[in-house]
Amino acid sequence: MAVIRHPKDFYAGLLFTGIGIAAIVLASQYQLGTAAKMGPGYFPRGLGMLLTVLGAVLVVRSLRIQGTAIPPWNWRSTCVILGSVVLFGLVVEKLGLAASTLGLIVFASTASPEFRLKEAVLSGLFFALLAVGVFIVGLKLQLPIWPIWLASNGQAPAWIS
Amino acid sequence: MDLLNHLALGFGVALAPVNLMYALIGALLGTLIGVLPGIGPVATIAMLLPTTYALQPESALIMLAGIYYGAQYGGSTTSILINMPGETSSAVTCLDGHQMALQGQAGAALAIAALGSFFAGCVATVFVAAFSPPLSELALKFGAAEYFSLMVLGLLGAVVLAHGSLLKAIAMIVFGLLLGIVGTDVNSGVTRFAFGIPELSDGIGVVSVAMGLFGFAEIITNLEGKEKRDIVAAKVKGLWISKAQFRAAWPAVLRGTGLGSVLGLLPGGGAMLASFASYALEKKVAKDPSRFGKGAIQGVAGPESANNAGAQTSFIPLLTLGIPENAVMALMVGAMTIHNIQPGPQVMTSNPTLFWGLVASMWVGNLMLVVLNLPLIGMWIKLLQVPYRILYPAILLFCAIGVYTISNATFDVIQTAAMGFLGVVFVKLECEPAPLLLGFVLGPMMEENLRRALLLSRGDPTVFVTRPLSLVMLLMAASLLLLIVIPNIRRRRADVFAEEA
Repeated sequence: MAVIRHPKDFYAGLLFTGIGIAAIVLASQYQLGTAAKMGPGYFPRGLGMLLTVLGAVLVVRSLRIQGTAIPPWNWRSTCVILGSVVLFGLVVEKLGLAASTLGLIVFASTASPEFRLKEAVLSGLFFALLAVGVFIVGLKLQLPIWPIWLASNGQAPAWIS
Repeated sequence: MDLLNHLALGFGVALAPVNLMYALIGALLGTLIGVLPGIGPVATIAMLLPTTYALQPESALIMLAGIYYGAQYGGSTTSILINMPGETSSAVTCLDGHQMALQGQAGAALAIAALGSFFAGCVATVFVAAFSPPLSELALKFGAAEYFSLMVLGLLGAVVLAHGSLLKAIAMIVFGLLLGIVGTDVNSGVTRFAFGIPELSDGIGVVSVAMGLFGFAEIITNLEGKEKRDIVAAKVKGLWISKAQFRAAWPAVLRGTGLGSVLGLLPGGGAMLASFASYALEKKVAKDPSRFGKGAIQGVAGPESANNAGAQTSFIPLLTLGIPENAVMALMVGAMTIHNIQPGPQVMTSNPTLFWGLVASMWVGNLMLVVLNLPLIGMWIKLLQVPYRILYPAILLFCAIGVYTISNATFDVIQTAAMGFLGVVFVKLECEPAPLLLGFVLGPMMEENLRRALLLSRGDPTVFVTRPLSLVMLLMAASLLLLIVIPNIRRRRADVFAEEA
C-alpha cells in the first residue's frame, strides 16, 4: 500500500497532471497541424503532455521521499479577502466609488483576527475620501462617485470627465 | 565616443521636465507602497502598472523604473526598521540592518543603504550603457531557432538559480506558458482556452496574474500569521554616518556593486541572488565574521549595493535579448507590450530615445531616491507604525481600483481574485510563483519562435542542434540542469545508504 509521504508534492503533482490532461483534451479541439505547419493545437498539446508527465513524476516521487504536511488553510480569510475585491468590482459602477470603497474596507477588515468595527468604518470613510480625491478628482478616472440612483434623480452629475 | 553620445541622448530624454516629474512620482509611489510590510516589488509594480497606461511609452517606462527602484528602497527601509522584509532581496538586510537599528544606529543603516545603492546605481548605469549595444548586436543575428533555445536557457536558468524544488518550478513554467497562450492565436485566429468567455479572447492580463499571485496571496498568507513587528522608529535620529562607519563600509559597497552588476546579468539573477551572494562574500572577507548578524555595517552596505546593481543590470537581458530573467522583468515585458513595444534587440535601433532615456533615468531615479529619502524618512516611519489590520484593506482597495480601471471591467477583478486563489494554493503546496510569471509572458513568443524555426526547417527538429549558437545555448541549459540534478542524486544515494545502514 502506497503512502503519501510528501503531501505538498503529491497534491501539486495531481494539480499539474489535471491541468496537463485538461490542456491536451482542449487542445485536441483545435487543428493540430504538422511540425512544419503548426496548427493552433500543436504547442498547447505539447505543453499539456509535458505538464502531465511532470505532474505524474511529482506524484510518484511523493510516495517515496519524505516531506512536511500542508499547512492549515484559513478559508474564512481567503473568502473574505477575495470576496471583498470581487464585490467591489461588481458594485462600483452602480454604487459609486465612495460607497464601494467603504464596503470593501469594512468587509475586508473582518478577515483580521484583530477586527474592530469602529476603526474599520473610520478607515473606510477616510479611504473613500482619499480614493475619490486621488482617482476621480486627481486622475480623472471615469467612475461615478455616488450611487447611480442619486445621479438619475437630477442631482449633481456623478460622472466627472 | 559612442557611449557618451548615447548617454547624452538618454539624459536629454530623462532630464526633460515631464519625464523628471514621472521619475519622481514613480520613485515616490514605489517607495510608498514598497515600505508597506509584506508587499514586494512585484506586487508593488503590478499595483502601480495601471497608472502608467495613459502615458507616452518613454514616460511610462521611466516611471516604472522609478517605481521599481522606489520599491527596492522602500523594502530596505522596512527591513531595517521592522524585522519584516517585504521582499526576498532585502531579507538579508534584516540580519544586520535591524540589529543596527536596535542599537540606535538606524539612521546610519538607512544612510549607508541609500548611499551604497546610489553608488551602485551610478556604476550599473554605465555598465548597462556599455554592455547593451554589443549584446543586442549579437542578438540581431539570432534566428527563430536561436531565440527558442535562448528562451529555454533563460527559463531553466531562472529556476535553477532560484530556491525550492526544481521539478515543481519547471512544472510552474509549463503551466505559465499554457496560461500565456490563452486567447486568440495570432496565426490562425482561433481563440484558445477561453471557455466561451469573450473577455479571455484577448488573453489573461499580466497585471491580474502578478497582482493575484504576488499581492493577494501574500496578504492572505500574512493574515494567517500573528502580527509581530518590533518598530524601532523612535530611535531614528538623523540620517548620517560617522567617518569610521564610512571607512568600514565603502570597500563593502565596492565589492557589492561589482558582484551585483555581474550577477544581475544571469538568468534567475538580479536583486535577490546579488544580495545573498554579497552577504556571503562580506562575511568571508571580514576579519571578524562573528560580528555579522549583530549589526555589522558591511552586512548592510554590501547587500544593499549589490541588490541595486543587480536590479539594474538585470535590465540588460531584457532590453537586448527580450528575455526577462526574473518576475520583475517579466512584468516589464508586460508593460512594454501594453505600449506596443516588443522587447528585444530592435528596441535600441528602432527606438533609441526610449532605450537611452530609460538607461539614463535609472541614474536619475537613484539620485531621486537619495534626495527623497533624506527628508521623507519621517513619513515612511509614520506609515510603518500603522497596524497591518488597517494597511491591508487599503492595499486591497488600491489593487481593486487599479485592476478595475485597466478597462473598466468587472471581469478583470474576478480574474485577479481567481489568480489570488491559485496563488494561495501555490503557497500551501510550496510552489514558487515567479517561474509561472516568466512562462506566462514568454508563452506567445516561445510558440511563435518554435513555429517559425520548424517552418523554416520544414519540420525537422534537429534545427535546434545543428545551428551552432542554438546548440551552445541548449548545452548550457542542459549542463545547468545537470549541475542541480547530480548533487540531488548523490544525496539521494547517501540517504538510501543511510537507511540501509
